[in-house]
Amino acid sequence: MARSITYREALNEALTQEMERDESVIVMGEDNAGGAGAPGEDDAWGGVLGVTKGLYHRFPGRVLDTPISESAFIGAAIGAATAGMRPVAELMFVDFMGVCFDQIYNQAAKFRYMFGGKAVTPVVIRTMYGAGLRAAAQHSQCLYPLFTHIPGLKVVLPATPYDAKGLLTQAIRDNDPVMFFEHKALYDLAGPVPEESYALPFGEANVVREGGDVTIVTLGRMVHTSLEAAERLAADGVQCEVIDLRTTSPLDEDTVLESAEATGRVVVVDEAHPRCSMATDISALVAQKAFGALQAPVEMVTAPHTPVPFSGRLEDLYIPDAQRIVNAVKTVTGWTR
Amino acid sequence: MTDTIERRALTREQLLSAYRMMRSIREFEERVHREFATGEIPGFVHLYAGEEASAVGVCINLDERDAIASTHRGHGHCIAKGVDVGEMMAEIYGRRTGSCHGKGGSMHIADLSKGMLGANGIVGGGPPLICGTALTAKIRGTGGVGVAFFGDGGSNQGTTLESMNLACVWNLPAIFVAENNGYAESTASAWSVAADNIADRAAGFGMPGVIVDGFDFFAVHEAASEAIARAREGGGPTLIEMKFTRYYGHFEGDQQTYRANEVEQARAELDCLKRFAARVTETGELARADLDAVDAEVATMIDKAVNEAKAAPLPGEADLLTDVYVRY
Amino acid sequence: MDAVTDERIVPVAMPKWGLSMQAGKITGWVVAEGDEVTVGDELADIETDKIAGTLEAAQAGTVRRIVARVGEDVPVSGTIALIAPAEVSDDALDAAVAKARAVIDAGVPDQAAGKPAVETADVGGRKIRYAGVGQDGEVVLLVHGYGGDRNSWLFLQEPLAARHRVYALDLPGHGTSSKDVGDGSVGVLADAVLGVLDAIGAERAHLVGHSLGGAVAVAAAAADPRRIGSLTLIAPSGFGPAINAGYLRGFADAQTRRELKPVVGQLFADESLVTRQVVDDLLAYKRLDGVEAALHTLVDTLLDGDEQRTDSAAAAAAIGGAVPVTVVWGSSDRVIPAAQAESVAGAARHLLDGAGHMPHMERPSEVQAAIEETIARAGA
Repeated sequence: MARSITYREALNEALTQEMERDESVIVMGEDNAGGAGAPGEDDAWGGVLGVTKGLYHRFPGRVLDTPISESAFIGAAIGAATAGMRPVAELMFVDFMGVCFDQIYNQAAKFRYMFGGKAVTPVVIRTMYGAGLRAAAQHSQCLYPLFTHIPGLKVVLPATPYDAKGLLTQAIRDNDPVMFFEHKALYDLAGPVPEESYALPFGEANVVREGGDVTIVTLGRMVHTSLEAAERLAADGVQCEVIDLRTTSPLDEDTVLESAEATGRVVVVDEAHPRCSMATDISALVAQKAFGALQAPVEMVTAPHTPVPFSGRLEDLYIPDAQRIVNAVKTVTGWTR
Repeated sequence: MTDTIERRALTREQLLSAYRMMRSIREFEERVHREFATGEIPGFVHLYAGEEASAVGVCINLDERDAIASTHRGHGHCIAKGVDVGEMMAEIYGRRTGSCHGKGGSMHIADLSKGMLGANGIVGGGPPLICGTALTAKIRGTGGVGVAFFGDGGSNQGTTLESMNLACVWNLPAIFVAENNGYAESTASAWSVAADNIADRAAGFGMPGVIVDGFDFFAVHEAASEAIARAREGGGPTLIEMKFTRYYGHFEGDQQTYRANEVEQARAELDCLKRFAARVTETGELARADLDAVDAEVATMIDKAVNEAKAAPLPGEADLLTDVYVRY
Repeated sequence: MDAVTDERIVPVAMPKWGLSMQAGKITGWVVAEGDEVTVGDELADIETDKIAGTLEAAQAGTVRRIVARVGEDVPVSGTIALIAPAEVSDDALDAAVAKARAVIDAGVPDQAAGKPAVETADVGGRKIRYAGVGQDGEVVLLVHGYGGDRNSWLFLQEPLAARHRVYALDLPGHGTSSKDVGDGSVGVLADAVLGVLDAIGAERAHLVGHSLGGAVAVAAAAADPRRIGSLTLIAPSGFGPAINAGYLRGFADAQTRRELKPVVGQLFADESLVTRQVVDDLLAYKRLDGVEAALHTLVDTLLDGDEQRTDSAAAAAAIGGAVPVTVVWGSSDRVIPAAQAESVAGAARHLLDGAGHMPHMERPSEVQAAIEETIARAGA
């Protein structure tokens, strides 16, 4: 089996291998190297949580630190993409999307359509999301539904080191603008990752666990929480199928529907807020296209409609946990008209 | 306003080309103004008439290495950068034969093959993109530059200010052209720009700032060619402020009750085409007959563009769903 | 007699399938306490993180105790059942069970320990990976087939290592070796085989080749006959025109798990051996940079239209009687017809009734016996 590395290392490896393979790949973001203009060491941080460490020295001139000017440098990455580069820009926390969203959703996302098919914008915007580090309301959100909503963007959320490397490789090679979401609580997760380069296709969900009783559709960090719940349920004789969406745009509808038709009972687990989320998106999909097969209404397990609280006790209540998923599964299995 | 004491020597061909380009823009905009009033043109148009010297005086220094980004008032920049006039007109009419196959419209006309990153419906949308193209030129060592055109309104947008700082931090071959036509929609720039001049901000960012009479092609050309040459050699960005006025409203349909009668005066005394013609005929570089010939050609060209646009097919139903992605 | 060390109690151990296997999970017992078994009888269904298989009895006797429960992970060589004659007391058996249970309950040891060393040889500018196990005896080199890798031998490598130094390589385009297959000819692949023998420092080796690997083994032997002690060919390609071209193309073309699963199913007589993990691992391999191109190049080498392009029969005949040859084939092979075994001149033939294209996975103990027998013939 392939050697085991962390999610963070897998991302770094994808960047390294793609930058070696293709000179047009450049990296930019706040502290992506770190130490710019400062008297101490260069590449002091390699990214706030170390994902881009080492690239600065290995690829001189291709890793650019930026001032705290998201709209300018995210826009610059987008402009450079239209000019033929393949930039990988970092929006440090997706919570900061507000200051640069125009460049992403009104410019990058729309160029191809607005310009009659004549623009190609191969930009990747990497960003951190998710709660669990007590980082509080403005550094812990899961805002991928907002981007999923925008035609012209692709939205990717790897849950494992293997997926992280393969999906980031694909994102860099992809000719459309990609929002690449990294859950901050997953960086230390280790798993088997091939040493060689490989690209995973977008729009392919991964059935991480097979089971015939209930379908759990989930993404990102919640994949692991869902697997935990599935283990507990297996001890009670309930076999859950756990589907990791991997990409919300494009979305692998077929895999979700196939499973929903087989089990008739669906639970969606999504760490984002409950309104206009992936949970509601999948629920609508299933209700519309697998209605006949459903044995129970779709259950959604999400965060509450509140900002992310700071205090540990509250944050732990905020994030969906395995018990809540178990309860939701029992609701759908126990449901009668 | 600066007086034009000397001007760079331009060849006869360059002078004719400059005149043709400015005349094309003027005729294009005047014609769109007339046609829009018939109700046939969908959506919004924002006309550039009066400002021609800025677009042409800058873009005459550019070549295929260079990119420009524009604003909602983009027709002039498009024509100056070489976008096909017929395709532009068809786009304004929403036809399938338009530059964007009818899917962009006046505010989103673009031709990336000509380095025209598009008119932009978002005020301040262009400057960050130009930082990107300038960065690309710098990394690739092409000697190319990026020019971001924006208005006095756009000069206050955070994106513009951030881009200016970023361009200075990264020492990019970027030219920021603030086209101060006196109004951001209905609000005077004298009110919304707290400093005396937009160009005064340049020093705050660490780059040169130049104020130019935007009605004077030769003054524009002088300032722009210097800034562009410096940028090509790695000398970094410049902020150029054009001072002039727009002949029409913010958008077609704007009653312009916020204005006095400065347009009348400008057309009579300051107009860039009149001044250019007077200058070149006085020095004998071009003859009146040369200019008249250009006027006639341009009139024919615009006429043809309008007739073809009106006759062109609209996009089909299938076009609604195409070109969202390269591959989904 | 000391209850703990009653030597009449024969422990049935969790086998080691593949060099990286650390533990296996019992998914079902075929036998029950009290059953009589003979050598080769099926005892239990076992699943690892790589594959599912059935453990066969290595010794005859009565199954007196089932130690490991269904669904339990048991470390490799942990005791899962006890075979003992009727005379052995219950007390003695209970004590032995208690000891065995202690090992299982202690859990599977840390992954880090006991990883086999994977080596790399540079052959003609290509990195060729291989792994070896076993201390004594002669060198045996296992050569996988199209789309496989050195882990194809996971049921055989360890057992053979009891008596030989057993190596398995990843051919170019496969596993973790270089994905550059050059012109994709059997010659390029055979060079890799000989290159590995050089790297090992083996002056003589017994080759075991499966499917395409069989043609490769023949080519290697033809290139350097004095180097090769014997050839055991398992469903080799190159011995007739007929082949399941749809399988070869389907494997190269498949882009998703949905497309790949039915293709891979054709390899086995019993399709339930194709677990999700098997398909996932193959898909992950196919997605490595360069694999798609390599497989398509190989398909062009292997096929002429819908027929086999390779001709190993001539090369095999050229080797002459100097090298003992054995051919093993499953009667239910849906990829290359078993009838082609007849075309392997001068070979000992083992036809395995009911096995598919993968007898080394479907019927490993019989294949092992055939290999041992071939090696013994060479020694004579």
